[in-house]
Amino acid sequence: MSARERVAGQVANYVDERTGSAKWLKKTLTKVFPDHWSFMLGEIVLYSFVILLLSGTFLTFWYDPSMREVEYEGSYQPLSGLKMSAAYASSLHISFDVRGGLLMRQIHHWAALIFMAAMVAHLMRVFFTGAFRKPREFNWIIGVGLLTLGIVEGFLGYSLPDDLLSGTGIRIAEAIIQAIPVVGSYLSFFIFGGAFPGEMFIQRIYVVHILLLPGIFLALITVHLMLVWYQKHTQYPGPGRTEKNVVGYPLMPTYMAKAGGFFFIVFGVTAFLGAVASINPIWIYGPYNPGQIGAGSQPDWYMGWLDGLVRMAPPLEAYIFGYTLSLNILIPGLIIPGIIFTGMALYPFIESWITGDKREHHLLDRPRNAPNRTALGAMSITFMLVTLINGGNDLLATHFDLSINQIMWFSRIGVIVLPPLAFVITKRICLSLQRADRELVLHGRETGRLVMLPHGEFIEVHEPLTPEKAYLLTQHEQLPALEANLSNEYGVKNPKVIRSKIRSRLSRSQAEQIAKPTANDVKELEGGHH
Amino acid sequence: MSNELVPLSDPGLPEHIHRKADVDVKAAKRAERQVGILFLLSVIGTLLFIYAYLGIDEDAFVFVPVLGSTNAHQLFLGLGLAMALFFIGMAAVHWAKTLMPDHEVIDYRKEQRSKDEDRDDFVSTVKDRAGEAGLGRRPFIKRTMLLSLGLVGISPVLLLGDLGPLPGNDQKETNWKSGTRLVTDPGDRPIRPSDLEVGGVAQVQPELPAGKVRHLDDIAKDSVLLIRIRPEEFNLDAERLSWTYEGIIAFSKICSHMGCAVALYEQTTKHLLCPCHQSTFDVTRAAKVIFGPSARPLPQLAVTVDSQGYLVAKQPFNEPVGPSFWGRNK
Repeated sequence: MSARERVAGQVANYVDERTGSAKWLKKTLTKVFPDHWSFMLGEIVLYSFVILLLSGTFLTFWYDPSMREVEYEGSYQPLSGLKMSAAYASSLHISFDVRGGLLMRQIHHWAALIFMAAMVAHLMRVFFTGAFRKPREFNWIIGVGLLTLGIVEGFLGYSLPDDLLSGTGIRIAEAIIQAIPVVGSYLSFFIFGGAFPGEMFIQRIYVVHILLLPGIFLALITVHLMLVWYQKHTQYPGPGRTEKNVVGYPLMPTYMAKAGGFFFIVFGVTAFLGAVASINPIWIYGPYNPGQIGAGSQPDWYMGWLDGLVRMAPPLEAYIFGYTLSLNILIPGLIIPGIIFTGMALYPFIESWITGDKREHHLLDRPRNAPNRTALGAMSITFMLVTLINGGNDLLATHFDLSINQIMWFSRIGVIVLPPLAFVITKRICLSLQRADRELVLHGRETGRLVMLPHGEFIEVHEPLTPEKAYLLTQHEQLPALEANLSNEYGVKNPKVIRSKIRSRLSRSQAEQIAKPTANDVKELEGGHH
Repeated sequence: MSNELVPLSDPGLPEHIHRKADVDVKAAKRAERQVGILFLLSVIGTLLFIYAYLGIDEDAFVFVPVLGSTNAHQLFLGLGLAMALFFIGMAAVHWAKTLMPDHEVIDYRKEQRSKDEDRDDFVSTVKDRAGEAGLGRRPFIKRTMLLSLGLVGISPVLLLGDLGPLPGNDQKETNWKSGTRLVTDPGDRPIRPSDLEVGGVAQVQPELPAGKVRHLDDIAKDSVLLIRIRPEEFNLDAERLSWTYEGIIAFSKICSHMGCAVALYEQTTKHLLCPCHQSTFDVTRAAKVIFGPSARPLPQLAVTVDSQGYLVAKQPFNEPVGPSFWGRNK
């Protein structure tokens, strides 16, 4: 036994005698993870969160969360002598007078953008492959919660420098709060410690940004990962992969090296962006002043859809018994986002209600094999894209020489017309892909090789698929539609007959499929071949 | 369907294909060298970082194509850090992909649902223990406990009471009173009508009583935009026309939609545009909304001149400025 092994043995013995962890650790280190590039999206979210914690901690060493008025005396000459909040002055100090400060600020901001983008991509992966199905509904809901909090956290974060752009964002947030019926004004005065902007909100959102929300994030991410661990990761279908097993690589050493290495790659790319790609140049905007504004005010990308919705809202305001109801703010700012996020959180339950499928699923769907779900996803993305486009309508107008009116009307009509259109088109594409899969399994791959038969006929030679490929294209389930349950076996009318009919109608749409080839189909064709 | 629905059979895991480095010692050696070189590149990155931190002047600028003139200190700090991190990652991944085991392993799942006897056990345990606690038999304890737990939450909520004052009339009042002088922002100088040419725009604030300092809260409500056009261009009713003075008309600069500063004035069309959500107001028609999400015109401030010829407010705003709120019209 080498000296190194002896020391390692002693350490392991010391720990195990006190924690009894040997068995658990052994199981953990040999745990199997399936491999696929799309499983890295969630990893990117986790890693950018770690980057955010590290870079954010660095920024707190100099940032002064105070709205106390100071005179700027730092090294950025154009703002010299200007009155501004201590928050803005310290943000400038980090940018210009702390070595590596600007780099860290930019890494922090880029990491936040990547955090949100990876979260959305991860969400799409989970949605389109049906990874949210039983037993993973809890994790889906936690994910929706993380996404919602991520938007809030990001917004609060870019508000902290207290520059003209971010102050404008806070102003808009305040208007949304104020628009809430009955309690809006009170909420606003409580949050801001008086009339907007007051002298409190920076220190308040600072605590929420660096303590409260990161704490909640840590807790939720921990539970999210523990569930992934405990329930074992889903896997893509393929030969040898079933609902009962998980095929992949063991944690130690392959997965440790890959995942650990990937953390450094994500950090490295973020640092590169922080080094070369300027982001949020707060010194150009100047200090916040509610009487001023910059043209082309834009939020970060993950808020763009919300801003786009607000921009396209019709100018509606209702008056009830003399009280004002700001529909032009409430509908786009609270009601539609509320519906979207609630619907998203409930989706696993809605789908299982429609399909009547209450079984566990560990094999992922190929998106084409769930046409309705895929179409719904495409519909949601289309909706978000139209609103996002309208969120940047002023920039689009100046860059592409369009009028804001054109973009606004395109968006107002498009946001209603395009999503259903995307649904129909996507569903047709999915069914066509299913048809192509069927053709491929039954008739093999077109080789492009033409052969002239003795009697002069030309045929194209088809090459049969490998059994692995044929299995992949036919392994999915095709559930039948649920029948409406009009009456029970004794002829008593079902009291929930309308619900049952709606469900049956949805279920029929859900079950619309191109029949996959069966073993018999293939055999018959093979028998008929030359 | 006539066919019997027998799916195609599962051919099982495909045969493992060995990588070059698994079978060829030379390839393995080469992979080892590559991993080592990647780690060394990371070391170079760290050295670059240290050099940039200590050796490059913070005010030094370099010209980089695409980026333009860039602060060399920040740039090389960043590039060094990026290199140092990125190549550690590349090395680890390359190592894993070429030299670590790539045999796919099968692990088996068990259903999440517990065994029936465990579930029954759980239920009976909970029932037993709850029975031992005796909540069901002692309704007095149960009710008083629920009451106290329900009420104890009031204290922390009440403690939040001092987060802010109640709005009171604060949202409806500004510093504009009858006779308040208009002063330039910035500058705080009183203005005569002749200071503003036809076609001109100025941002003004109310003159504050001596000793009162202008805070951001004041600016958030008081900011007013002064615009001068030719009087015959106005399309106003008699009352609103009387609020103007020789073609000078004043509006609250705080958008009636969400409170941004309505800062874009187009001289040719006489339109005011809010850059946040593009609400557009027609100056000649008392800031009527002609486009965008705002539901109300910008409040108009009645102006006239005082005995010394300076512009003053004739009266306070006749409606609250800024975005709508529940009690706005009360």
